[in-house]
This record gives sequence, structure tokens and C-alpha cells, in this order.
Amino acid sequence: MDIYLLEAIINGVLLGGVLALLALGLNLIFGVIDVVWIAYADLVMCGMYLVYWLYAVLGLPLALAFAASIVFVAVLGVLVHLLIIAPILDSASINQLLATGGLLFFLQSFATLLFSTEFRNIGVRLPIISFAGIYISTARLLAFAMALVGAVALYSFLKRSFIGTAIRAIAQDRDIVGLMGVDQRTIYLVTSAIGGALAGLAACLLALQYDVHPFIGNTFGPLIFMICVLGGLGNMLGGFVAAFIISQIIAVGGYFSSTELSYVIAFASFIALMFVRPRGVFAR
Amino acid sequence: MSARDAALIGLLAVLACLPLLAPPYFTHLAIQVLLWGFVYTAWSIMGRFGLVSLGHGAFMGVGAYIPALLWNYYDTTPWLGIPLGVAFAILLGLVIGYPCFRFKVVGHYFALVTLALGQVVMLSIVAARDVTGGSLGLTPRAVGHSWYALQFSQKSHFYAMALVLWLGGLLVWRWVDSGISRKALEAISEDEEAAAAIGINVLREKLHVTLISAALTAFGGAIYGQYFMYLNPETVSGIGVSLQIVFAAIVGGTYALTGPTVGALITISLNEGLRVTFGTNFIGAANTIYGILLILCIIFMPGGIVGTLRPDSGLWRLGTKIFRGK
Amino acid sequence: MLSLAAVSAGYGSFRALFNVSLEVPHGQAVGVIGPNGAGKTTLLRLISGLVPLDSGDIRFEGHPVGALSAHRLVERGIAHVPENRRLFPRLTVEDNLRIGAFIPPARRHFAEQLERIYQLFPRLKDRRKQFAGTLSGGEQQMCAIGRALMSRPKLLLMDEPSAGLAPLVVEQVFDLVRRIRAEGLTVLIVEQNVQQVLDVVDHAYLLEVGSIRLSGTSAELKGNDFIRKSYMGL
Repeated sequence: MDIYLLEAIINGVLLGGVLALLALGLNLIFGVIDVVWIAYADLVMCGMYLVYWLYAVLGLPLALAFAASIVFVAVLGVLVHLLIIAPILDSASINQLLATGGLLFFLQSFATLLFSTEFRNIGVRLPIISFAGIYISTARLLAFAMALVGAVALYSFLKRSFIGTAIRAIAQDRDIVGLMGVDQRTIYLVTSAIGGALAGLAACLLALQYDVHPFIGNTFGPLIFMICVLGGLGNMLGGFVAAFIISQIIAVGGYFSSTELSYVIAFASFIALMFVRPRGVFAR
Repeated sequence: MSARDAALIGLLAVLACLPLLAPPYFTHLAIQVLLWGFVYTAWSIMGRFGLVSLGHGAFMGVGAYIPALLWNYYDTTPWLGIPLGVAFAILLGLVIGYPCFRFKVVGHYFALVTLALGQVVMLSIVAARDVTGGSLGLTPRAVGHSWYALQFSQKSHFYAMALVLWLGGLLVWRWVDSGISRKALEAISEDEEAAAAIGINVLREKLHVTLISAALTAFGGAIYGQYFMYLNPETVSGIGVSLQIVFAAIVGGTYALTGPTVGALITISLNEGLRVTFGTNFIGAANTIYGILLILCIIFMPGGIVGTLRPDSGLWRLGTKIFRGK
Repeated sequence: MLSLAAVSAGYGSFRALFNVSLEVPHGQAVGVIGPNGAGKTTLLRLISGLVPLDSGDIRFEGHPVGALSAHRLVERGIAHVPENRRLFPRLTVEDNLRIGAFIPPARRHFAEQLERIYQLFPRLKDRRKQFAGTLSGGEQQMCAIGRALMSRPKLLLMDEPSAGLAPLVVEQVFDLVRRIRAEGLTVLIVEQNVQQVLDVVDHAYLLEVGSIRLSGTSAELKGNDFIRKSYMGL
């Protein structure tokens, strides 16, 4: 096999890690609360700016900046739910979609106000390692590893803890959980916080590899939605797998042609697949 | 002729003469309000029935780029190029709409599929950079004042075009609103299965209104290109513009005839007002306010501004009470 | 332990219960019988907090609880086994039981309570890792009851425990109710199977079209002509 193709495949897997993390977050929120946060990628953007500001501007240690990002976006998640979602929880679902869309607008413009449209980099230069003629960026490797750690942590939390079980339960039968002493509102807030935390973690991992600018959410946001729908909205395992499939299409497609074309192929395949399985390829 | 008709005709007369009365700057603003108002109205023709598309940038982009490309490469007059662009947009609408409506892709799923469509078009434009200029954009070849090229040196001509387009859009909106399709689509948006059970051809109704919306949006994109003489994949097809279309229509009010136009008035005046007041110091301020406005709108006024101020709404009654001093 | 006084409730503009009064004394088993649509399920959902109280008074252990929401009532000691079981289908049996112990006092005793439930329902222990949706009807009922018991309640509400079950399984379920009662739990059962429930409870009420029509000890009701003719087919 051509060495560059192998490199593309490996990079695809590594890219899939962060996408999978975000897909988990979005699916968690959708599965439990039944809303799609259109502004999810922009919450990541907020986290990235915080990392930039704390580390590159204020000079704080990177680990601290990372921790702060996770906490910060978790809090943002809770605020999103309290201020935007909770008031319209009972209205048409399209309203919730549109309200988070308004948030997207707000976040992107507010970031422009604060930071202008310049691209900013946190300036962490991690080495590129090579073996057998393949070049892999350690930043990407690290991001992949941490994304997996995040996914595993989420999994064990959901499986083993009482709140985690309650979260899984509420996704299956919303009305009856009250009878077990579970306060719906608390679960929604915890879920929003976890979704935010996952976005905050993704922000750290992306900040290692890419520049941040107010509209960076537009570059991977649609991709995440597509991944989630492909895997079946709300299906966490489906989204996880779909993330790697899509990232492979993009990576391998980029090898055979241009990057943009590979994105076009990914999106076009998504549209085509929607008609074969409208509920998502892995839907139950 | 009733007083209301006379008032409307008077208003139209004033509107028609605007370029003669107002300085070029205001005419420029008015053209934008009319153009965008037209596009937002086009979106709300399907949006008001629950067919929320987050990818109308796809139709706008297609409608804008095809005539411009044909003009630049083949000297094709926009009089031919624009209908071709519109036809392509209709085709696109069919390719997406038919499978979606046939396989009952609705709600969240439909919105996200249309979002993907917008991305496909935008990315395709960028990918074909050798032809389209990619992210750097495309400039239609300027030939000064020419009816053949649909390019004019005076704003008044563009204004007239925009006015006619806008009025045309309102007429189409009215036509859909007063026809039997409207009842059918309202039934479909409430309960698709029940509507099908009483004999409504769900597929045909949805497709019909989607194609109208796509065609008009494409038309708007074309005139946008002719006026601004510069196209950019992000500006006409990006997710930003697709969402902006949705938001303006909603803030203005999707269920009312003039709602989307009010949305255009709001967005453009907000932008201009802030730009004039703060200059370039606060880029992003307008949209920040706009975003907040949208969120508040969804939470407190789902009918948009025009919808909330309708004569049969509580707010209207309250207003008239105060006005009459009761 | 539980008393309802002149209680009315419904769904929006639809009134389901009119002026209902009943008592569940401590340590006893009380039944509510009546035809379909009488409001029996609404009654239980009212007590457990899923349906809001329109008028009247509900007291539990002397305290008014009409305004409390469902999860608060679980903390007070009321557990509700819903109609049709309503297990979480894609959670394992053990996870369903786990979530029954969600409230903090139950969580602390989770391990020991789980053992007790498994002793009470050995079949559940065999199937602990199985998805609840794949259990048989009788096993699901056991699991639903077990889930309710995990919160260590003082009052157990049971909504039509015999629904959809084979006669042999119904016997087992009511045997179980007798065992639970013997351990000192107070029980309020809503049932359509009049014969079975009157054999288990001390006291019963007849609910028809949202109002209490008759009440008395189970012996009295078993001997009542109207009941015998309309509900026991005798």
C-alpha cells in the first residue's frame, strides 16, 4: 500500500477521535433532552478562546488552561439549558433548534467583538514523529488519546453511577423517572454540564492543532451534525462509529483528491445515505 | 376604491419614486432591504409550514453563481443565465425534496439534511476553485451600463428591479397563502399521517412549496450578484447566510405577509445604524444584538414582530386601548 | 398513613376524580376497584405526584403532600409501581433496580437492599444482566415491584399488577403482595381483578366514573350483591 494512503488512513482515525467526542456530547444532549444544540461547535470555540487567553495571553500553565476550559464550557452548557432551552422546553422542537441557532449567531459575533476575526494560535509546537516513513503529529496523537480517555470516562460514568443510570433511563422513558425519585430538571442540568465539558475537552484538543477564530465552529459544526444524524440522532454508539467513518471518508478522499472535494463527497454521501436509512444508518 | 386600497397605492407610488427623492445611500439601503426581504419571504413560503430549511444558501449560491459563470466564460446574457440558474435550483430542490418527503425525513432530520445541502453547494464552489475562484470569490465581468448584461450604472434601475422582485415575491406568498395548498400544508404540518389519511397528497404539496421557495431564492441570489458585482461562496452559500435567512424571517414574523421584509428592515438598519455610530470599532456588535434578539424572539414571541403586532393579538388591542386613552 | 379528603383532579379541562375521600391505615392493604376509565390510575398518579391536585387535601403521615412533585414524594416514602410496568427497556434488570434506589437514603443501602430483592425474586437475580425489555410479563412485573421496593418505601402503590398476565402468574404476584404486606409495608392496590384483590386487602373502595361509590372491609364487599353481580359475575 502506498505510504501516503496509509498515512491518510491513520490521520483519519486520529481526526475521528475529537469528532467522536463531540458526537458523543451532542448525542447525549439530544438523547436526554431532545434538543440539538446548533451552537455546539461554537461552545467549543469559546473554550478554545479561553485556552488561548489563559495560556498565550496570561501565561498560565497549559494544564490549568485546559482544566479551566472544561469547567468553563460545562458552565456554559448549564447556562444554555437554563436560559435558552428550559423556557421553551414544551414548545415545538424546531423552536429549540432555532433558539440555539440564535445562540450561534450571538457567540460568533460576540467573539468577533472581543477578539476580532484574526486567527490566533496558542503557539504550542509539538513534534512530528515519524516511523516507517509515515509522519504523525504528536498533537494529533495526543488529541486522539485524550478523546478516547474522555469517551471511556463518559462510558463508565453512564454505566456505573446512579446519576449516569438516571441519564440513560430518562432517555428511554422521561415521564416515569420521577417515580424513582429522579428530578428531571437536575438530570437535564447535569447532562448539559457533561455535554459542555465534552465540548470544553474538545476545545483543548483542537487548540493544540488549529488556530482559533470566531467562525471556526462553522468548519466542523455541520460535520458533527451530519455524523450524529448518520449514526442515528441520540444513538451514542452510532455517532461514535459514524465519526470514524466520516473522518476516514475525508482523510482518504483528501488523499485521492482535494480536501474540499473530500468534504463534498462526505456530505453528499451523507445525503444519499439519509435516503437509504432516514433514521440514520445505525438507528435501531 | 376603499381607503385601504388608496393608502396602499399611495405607498407604492412613494416607494417607486424613492430613488428620485432620496440620496443614493438610502437607495442603496432600500435595494438591500428589498432584495433580502424578497429572499426572506421566499424562505418563509415553506418555512411557515414547518419545512424549516437551514440550507437555503444552496439555492442562493446556485442562483448567483450560474448566471455569473455563464456570463464570464460564455458571454451568456443573464436574461438566459438567470432562468438557467433558477432551473438548476429547482432541480436541486427536487433532488433533495423528493427523497426527503417520500421517506418522511422531517423535523430535526430535514433541517440537518438541508444544512448538509448548503454545505455541499458551498464546498463544491470552493472545490471548483479553478472555475469559480474558490474562497477568493468571483467578479462578474463589468461592462458598464448594459441591458444585455443586466448591469447598470445608476442605482435607480437596480432599485426598480428590486422593487418589482420584492412585490413579485409578496404576490407569490399571497398566492400560496390564499390557495387550497395553504390549508393542506397547515394540516400536514400538524399531523402528516392524518393529512394523508384524508387524501392530501403530502409529497406533492411539500415538493410544490419547496420548489417555489428554491426558485425564488435562486432568483434573489442572481439579482444580488448583478447588483453587488461580487460573489463569495461563504457570503451566498455559507452556513452564516443560511441561518441569517431563517432568523430574519422568524424575527420579522414568518406567518405574516410583510413579516420577512420587516426582518430585513431590522437586520439592515441594525447593521447600518451600528456601523454609522461606532464605525469599524465594534464589528460584530450588530450580529451580537441580533443573536440575542432572536433568542428572545423565540422564547417570548414565536410569531415574530409582525405576528405579535397583528390586529387580533393582545398586544395590538392593548396598544389601541392606550392610544384611545381608555 | 395516607388520607385523601374531598380530592378532585384531572387532565387540563377533563375532570377525572370528583370529591374522592379515602384512608389507608398504617400497615394495612387497601384496594380500589372499578371499571376501566373510572379514574383508578389517575388516583394513583395523583398520590404519587404525577398529576396535580385541583382541590382537596392529601395527607401522608399527617403532613400535607398535595403540592409536592413526584420525586419529592419518593423521598417521603411513597413508591409507585406504574400501570404496564414501565420498565426501562434497554437497561438491564440490575440497572432498573439501581435506579429505583436513586434517592440518597436508598443509595446508602443499595447493596443490601439489592440482595433482599434478589432473595424475594430469585428469577430476577438469574436475569440481572438481561435487558428489561426482554423479560416475560410476569418477570417484568416482579422487576417493576422490585424497583419500587428499592427506594425502601413506607407506602407502596400498585397500579393493576395483574394486567396482561396469565392466571398462574397473577397468583404469584398476589402471593408476593401478601409477603410484602407481612413484612409490614402499607399497600394501596388498584385492580380490575376483583376476586384476587379482595382476597389480599383489608379494606376496599369502589371507584366509578371518578367518585367513590362503595367502601368497606373486603369481607363486606365480597358479600355485597352489587359487587358480586357487576364485578364478580356471580
